Amino acid sequence: MVREIEFTLNGYHQKITVKPSEKLLDVLRDRLGITSAKYGCGKGECGACTVNLDGKTVRSCLMYAVEADGSVIETLEGFQRLGKKEIQEIYQKHNAFQCGFCAPGFIMSTDELLSQNPDPDEEEIKEALAGNLCRCTGYKNIFSAVKEMVEKRKGRES
Amino acid sequence: MLNFDYRRPESLVEALSLRKEWGGKSSLLMGGTDLFLAIEEEVRRPELLIDLKKIDELSRLEEKDGSVHIGAAVTYSELIRSDLIHDKLPGIWESSRLVASVGIRNSATMVGNICNAVPSAESAAPLMVRGAMIHIASSSGSRTVPAVDFFTGPRRTVVKDDEIVTSISVPLLKGKFGESYVKLGRYRGEDIAQVATAVLVDEKLNFAIAYGAVGPVPMRIPGAEAVLKGKKPTADLLDKAKAEVLSTVTPIADIRASREYRLHMCAVMFEKAIAAAVSRMETGAPAYGARLI
Repeated sequence: MVREIEFTLNGYHQKITVKPSEKLLDVLRDRLGITSAKYGCGKGECGACTVNLDGKTVRSCLMYAVEADGSVIETLEGFQRLGKKEIQEIYQKHNAFQCGFCAPGFIMSTDELLSQNPDPDEEEIKEALAGNLCRCTGYKNIFSAVKEMVEKRKGRES
Repeated sequence: MLNFDYRRPESLVEALSLRKEWGGKSSLLMGGTDLFLAIEEEVRRPELLIDLKKIDELSRLEEKDGSVHIGAAVTYSELIRSDLIHDKLPGIWESSRLVASVGIRNSATMVGNICNAVPSAESAAPLMVRGAMIHIASSSGSRTVPAVDFFTGPRRTVVKDDEIVTSISVPLLKGKFGESYVKLGRYRGEDIAQVATAVLVDEKLNFAIAYGAVGPVPMRIPGAEAVLKGKKPTADLLDKAKAEVLSTVTPIADIRASREYRLHMCAVMFEKAIAAAVSRMETGAPAYGARLI
């Protein structure tokens, strides 16, 4: 019982054979070299496995790879190619990492937030990032990175 | 080792015929945020997953014939972004925003939430106060069940092994009304409710009151509704209604909260939920989505 599935991963076409029970996260990490998405809680609670699927963040630990057949997936590995490197740079500038395990998930959620809402207030930033947990509790720098990203984009537009 | 087959039908007819053929050996997959873990933990051991995400007719979200129809494929993120839900079903909008987090709401559906049927199911109480109807199809026909009769026990519903819930319809209200949904959680993000209270009040001061997470199934509280019916909720009446609530709910003690704490909060949240619903009907404040607890 295997299925051949196809999807676009960071702009590249992928074709791969999977068993229906294989998790999307495992296929990305173990077979396609995508290590930015992490296995954290395995229950959808921590956000470390966040990837963008068809324009929305999803928990890749709570999906079977077969469900992604025909979809467009973005991960942090594709950010430079996809022209989204700036978010990473501002996270770096604010040192918004301690151990760094949660960072890819936070960056994916930040990218989704800013693509839907270019001018989020504090409450909206908290809401958007509430599903990502930082086990080092380094939230302060993460919020300041997101705020600078918002200000920077606003400055460019005006 | 998990070993199941997977199909992704493109029509409801095809899905229903798979459901008929495989029955209890099949599980229906939509957002999967609950089912995935049930399979991981071997609570469910399906031989076939029927993925319903590509069935177009399940993705409708529209106003028709005096009701709002929410298809089985409509995610919480879609509900939250919908002006129709925000304007016409504000209690459902408010409660949807409290479901887990963005990354879950992008996948999770309201129909999936009620079909999973945990006692704390976020949408149960808000749907019950609005008199929502649940539409269920099988290859031999379809039927409609009121939300109040949908749940039969923890993780159990009236849905049979050959059936699929296709949509929820929520009747629209004429005239002024106010709603509220109060959820007791420990933190924002992913927490499930320890107690959940939903209230609807209309211009004639007819109250509909429902609780989640304080009994084997989410429930309406007819005793409290009768006490408050048609009267301005004075302190005395609220005390009488609260007594009705406390004699109806049957909370358990678990890892999240003790029975005593849940009972205490049932009463606290009752007052807050009634006050918010009444003042929203009269003045529009506090705004929907504002924190009520």
